[in-house]
Amino acid sequence: MINQADFFTVLNKHRAQAIVLPTMQASIPWQEASERAELDLPVNNVMGKASSVGLGVALALPATRVIVLDGDGSLEMNLGSMITIAGKQPKNLYHIVMQNGIYGMTGGQPIPAAERVSFATIAKGAGYAATYEFDDLEDLTTRLGEALAHAGPVFITVRVVPKPRIAASRGGGKPSPKVRSTGAAIVAFRQRFAK
Amino acid sequence: MTTHEREPDLNPRTILAQLKKNGVTHVVYLPDTESSGLYQAMLADGTVEVIPITREGEALGIAAGLYAGGKTPVCVIQNTGLFESGDSIRGLGLECNLPIVMLIGYRGWTRRGPTPDSAGRHTEPMLQAWGLSYYLVETDADTERISLAFRDAPAARKPVVVLIGGEYAA
Repeated sequence: MINQADFFTVLNKHRAQAIVLPTMQASIPWQEASERAELDLPVNNVMGKASSVGLGVALALPATRVIVLDGDGSLEMNLGSMITIAGKQPKNLYHIVMQNGIYGMTGGQPIPAAERVSFATIAKGAGYAATYEFDDLEDLTTRLGEALAHAGPVFITVRVVPKPRIAASRGGGKPSPKVRSTGAAIVAFRQRFAK
Repeated sequence: MTTHEREPDLNPRTILAQLKKNGVTHVVYLPDTESSGLYQAMLADGTVEVIPITREGEALGIAAGLYAGGKTPVCVIQNTGLFESGDSIRGLGLECNLPIVMLIGYRGWTRRGPTPDSAGRHTEPMLQAWGLSYYLVETDADTERISLAFRDAPAARKPVVVLIGGEYAA
């Protein structure tokens, strides 16, 4: 398994001009690792929808690579989005799931079928153009660039070390004030990209 | 002209003309009986890009991304799917102040007569609970209300709904 911080270091080196959409528990660590905050669009207000927002961005900006940084619990909430993505075949979309088998924000409860589910198999069945799986930092470091150079939609599984947060108190699901708000990021993106 | 050949009260091409007039670039779409004619009209016209989805909760997410990327999307779903989209309406439409127009097929609508269909009974109370304003379109004569929705959404800084109460016909 790979430490999330190490994965983010490698991804940051490879993202170049790509737009990155982190979600939920990954948003703050990615914000700390990212050197291109103006190209980051965190999706925190609504669990499970990062893949949908990412598809929209990819279709709007076909000349720009778009990287969705999904969680496995989040993806299971919106699994149909993989079919929708495969249906549109955006060549610039890279859908990464960080698979740790738990709901990290709520105390580490296992996600459904945590021990069995293969998102890569689902992605292949849905019709993504390519799938990659990484469980080892050296392999990730060597081949992530290749995965991000392949024509999309590409699905990438990164097995990461589970890091459950201490169970949140009531209301703890609200996005941290430390992370850039989704709404502010959408406004900034639109000001940048609207013609 | 026989009864079966009469002109429809709400022509999908009239709806499409409104979308084009307001600069719509993408339609995020899940079929329902109220919009099947619109789907055919959009495909035949080819001006707007149609994005088929598997479940309505995806719709505002995809629309949010398109909006962020500078495009003008609309969502076309049924009221049953509006209920399914609740967390997206809350977390994206309202929290992120997205001025997205949503065309909602009004299943169960009986022009304020009694309806056995719970989808029809709960639609307007749900929109009111979310604080979303809405227009009703039943015939071609009503379709200028779609332009009103496009006018209102940026000022309201949240989605505006157009309820499609008349069955489309091609």
